[in-house]
Amino acid sequence: MIKFLLKFISLLWFSAFISQMGWAANLAQADLKDLFGEDFSAKQQTISKIVEAPPELASTILFALQDENVYMTPKNEVVIKNLNNYLDPISNTEVRVDESSLETPTFNNIIRSDIEAAVSQFKLLSKDYKTRSEAIETLSNDLGQIQPSLVKKAFDNETDTKLKNHLESLDAMLKFKDSDTSTKLQLLKTLSHSQLLSVEKFLLSISGLESSSNFLEPDKSVRVAAELALKDFRSRKFHAELVSNIFTGLSLGSVLLLAALGLAITYGLIGVINMAHGEFLMIGAYATFVIQTIFRNHLVQYQDFYLIFAVPFSFLCAGAFGLLLEKIVLRHLYGRPLETLLATFGVSLLIMQTVRVIFGAQNVEVGNPTWMSGSFSPLQDFFPGLLIPYNRLIIFFFALSVVVITWVVLNKTRMGLFVRAVTQNRAMASCVGVKTRKVDSYAFAFGAGIAGLGGCALSQIGNVGPDLGQSYIIDSFMVVVLGGVGQLAGTIIGSFGLGVLSKFSEPFIGAVLTKIAVLVIIILFIQKRPQGMFALKGRSSEG
Amino acid sequence: MSDFQLNIPSKQSILSKQWWQVLIAIVVFVYLLVPLCALYVPEGSFFHLSAYSLTLFGKIMCYALAALALDLVWGYCGILSLGHSLFFALGGYIMGMYLMRSIGTEGVYHSELPDFMVFLDWKKLPWFWEGTNHFAWVLFLILVLPGLFAFIFGFFAFRSRIKGVYLSIITQALTYASMLLFFRNETGFGGNNGFTDFKRILGFSITNSNTRVVLFLFSFTALVLGFIACRRIVQSKLGRVTMAIRDAENRVMFSGYDPLGYKLFIWTFSAFLCGIAGALYVPQVGIINPGEMSPGNSIELAIWVAVGGRATLIGPIIGAFFVNGTKTIFTALAPEYWLFILGGLFVLVTLFIPNGVVGLIKDYFYKKKQK
Repeated sequence: MIKFLLKFISLLWFSAFISQMGWAANLAQADLKDLFGEDFSAKQQTISKIVEAPPELASTILFALQDENVYMTPKNEVVIKNLNNYLDPISNTEVRVDESSLETPTFNNIIRSDIEAAVSQFKLLSKDYKTRSEAIETLSNDLGQIQPSLVKKAFDNETDTKLKNHLESLDAMLKFKDSDTSTKLQLLKTLSHSQLLSVEKFLLSISGLESSSNFLEPDKSVRVAAELALKDFRSRKFHAELVSNIFTGLSLGSVLLLAALGLAITYGLIGVINMAHGEFLMIGAYATFVIQTIFRNHLVQYQDFYLIFAVPFSFLCAGAFGLLLEKIVLRHLYGRPLETLLATFGVSLLIMQTVRVIFGAQNVEVGNPTWMSGSFSPLQDFFPGLLIPYNRLIIFFFALSVVVITWVVLNKTRMGLFVRAVTQNRAMASCVGVKTRKVDSYAFAFGAGIAGLGGCALSQIGNVGPDLGQSYIIDSFMVVVLGGVGQLAGTIIGSFGLGVLSKFSEPFIGAVLTKIAVLVIIILFIQKRPQGMFALKGRSSEG
Repeated sequence: MSDFQLNIPSKQSILSKQWWQVLIAIVVFVYLLVPLCALYVPEGSFFHLSAYSLTLFGKIMCYALAALALDLVWGYCGILSLGHSLFFALGGYIMGMYLMRSIGTEGVYHSELPDFMVFLDWKKLPWFWEGTNHFAWVLFLILVLPGLFAFIFGFFAFRSRIKGVYLSIITQALTYASMLLFFRNETGFGGNNGFTDFKRILGFSITNSNTRVVLFLFSFTALVLGFIACRRIVQSKLGRVTMAIRDAENRVMFSGYDPLGYKLFIWTFSAFLCGIAGALYVPQVGIINPGEMSPGNSIELAIWVAVGGRATLIGPIIGAFFVNGTKTIFTALAPEYWLFILGGLFVLVTLFIPNGVVGLIKDYFYKKKQK
């Protein structure tokens, strides 16, 4: 209902706007009747006729057609349902009808897409940025249904540089067919600077490189120019994809980094694999969810700042669970790493099931605050179509700052000194008075807390559900194996490397084969360097 | 000069006379009673063995064989493999291929090809499906492939001296990656749904109770033979070296042994047993899908061994029956609590009964003797 009202308001706005422009063609009730016939080509013609009608009228009818609000009365009058009334669209007067006697038109998919394309061009004049940008996208894929004057009008009104460029390209593609050779060459120059992705398809069909039947361009010089423009466009697009892939890989790697960091510390320190580590990630994500819910229910006006509280809360929650796990379970299993693995797996089952009981088995919804949603497109001239989402960018920098903090904690504090000492030689550290048990507890809690931060970050880009930890744990193990144990640098390079590598190979061989390839690479890599990339130098024969 | 003598018998017997008697008694008992109760005792009688319980016990037998295989590597060689569900599923999938082929044209699409291939619009069988309609070839694959795969993986892993938790993680990743691979439709193993809707095995209807009894007895036989074989291995000299590797690999190396061969043998044999268990499992439960090789399944396998008692061989069998029996009861009565129980079992067993049920019993008798 609200959606309908919104549409109606925007429609009114269009009407007010469009009525200032003069339009010639007339539309009569008789034309509309074809919509209800059996002949589908007649229906298509009717829709083209509607598009050519005065925009106020055309948009009213088209929007109504799209929302399936067009009916025919037994007296062969076409009416549009408007809330609870029925209006004659031509005369704009109310018609009294018997609702049960109304007939609805039948459309097939071709006609539906015609209607959608026709509606899109009226959306070009919308106030909403996203609506406009989507309308350009839709229209650029189907040039047949556009009124050039509308595009021109939209171009004049447009303030955003990116969309202006898109509209310019759209305009150029529309004009192209009916221009002479010199204009065509000029238009191709415009198109080669385009940032609109569907230009590629257009240029391809002009250049004749695509051996399709609808070969458009008879002039050879134009074809060659189109080919050059295409080459130019493609190289820029390739760069954009490259940058976008690297970026997505880095943001994927940053979550992995947060997950693996804690794992690397605890594994280096205590020598146990914590199978419940993924669940700390999950606890962090659910802690974020809890804070978000509190803000939504009690502090609506500060909703955008919930993350500021969620970050420390998720750290504390996961850290507290880590401390608890260490004190209750792991403490008694030191020196038995394989049993620890089993016990922690049991703990992970317990945590997951508990979360399922409390929050339900379904994924919960964690939203981005407004300052994190959306995206920006830098350097469109070089990278057409490049889109960098804010949330991924922020998470990347968040992960980096966590790494810096971890580095400071490990290298500049007394506790960090102890942790490094115990990692290198537990017995000796104990001999000189380091309370190794205490160090173990705190380091474990710290590692769990970092995983909690990872969960908080993950909640901003992925789904939050009870199984969340499971999907990350194996990848983070791989990072630890690859990067070497207890090594900050190895973990960083390992996780970003894994993230970027898998993002790059995915388009070629798919996500699954990428995983397998990575595993094979790691196994081969271990043949050469069994201790990981950055091995601790030592004399221990047990490794 | 010196009267010191190292008194190790050159050959130990597989079982003491007493235990041989027990084992033979059990075998005779099962061979006589199961067919009798399942086929000749009328339904409704207290002694009747329903098709459901027959399948259930047959299934657990296969699990027990897999657990036995894991105990051999974990208990006696210190390799906690989290990849055994992969070998299990491999055996299962190979058997599944044969069962799919023997459906013939009776599938939903009445095609020579398995249904899922028709569904994917494949025109002919992929190369690795060649010959899978011959039982002998499939049997050969079941006996060879899981072992061969384990051998290749083990060679690379043990050669670079990966051990302990490192090895556990690598095997887990291997299983996980394979699971993802089998989930893909393009891999050619039915993707998500795996293989199901089997009709017959070697011409016998798979739902027939006679066939079920035979399959059950095969599983039982495999379990008994597997047990004897494992027992033979751990009593041999090779077994003793393996145990030495478990306890102090470096010292074994310094004494002039190369652990690679020993580890590889135990590892490969274990995978071989697991493959057989999987192959017997599939015709009884009637389905195999990639979920069977999830990393979680491998770890569950480890808990059966831990519950029963590591390095006992009989323990894993007891553990498999105990845990799966409890699972069957709880998933029927209170499914949401089962994971709590399983999780709790993992924690409690490792914390409080590190030697498992068999360890408890041994302790009890030991204390009794002391008094």
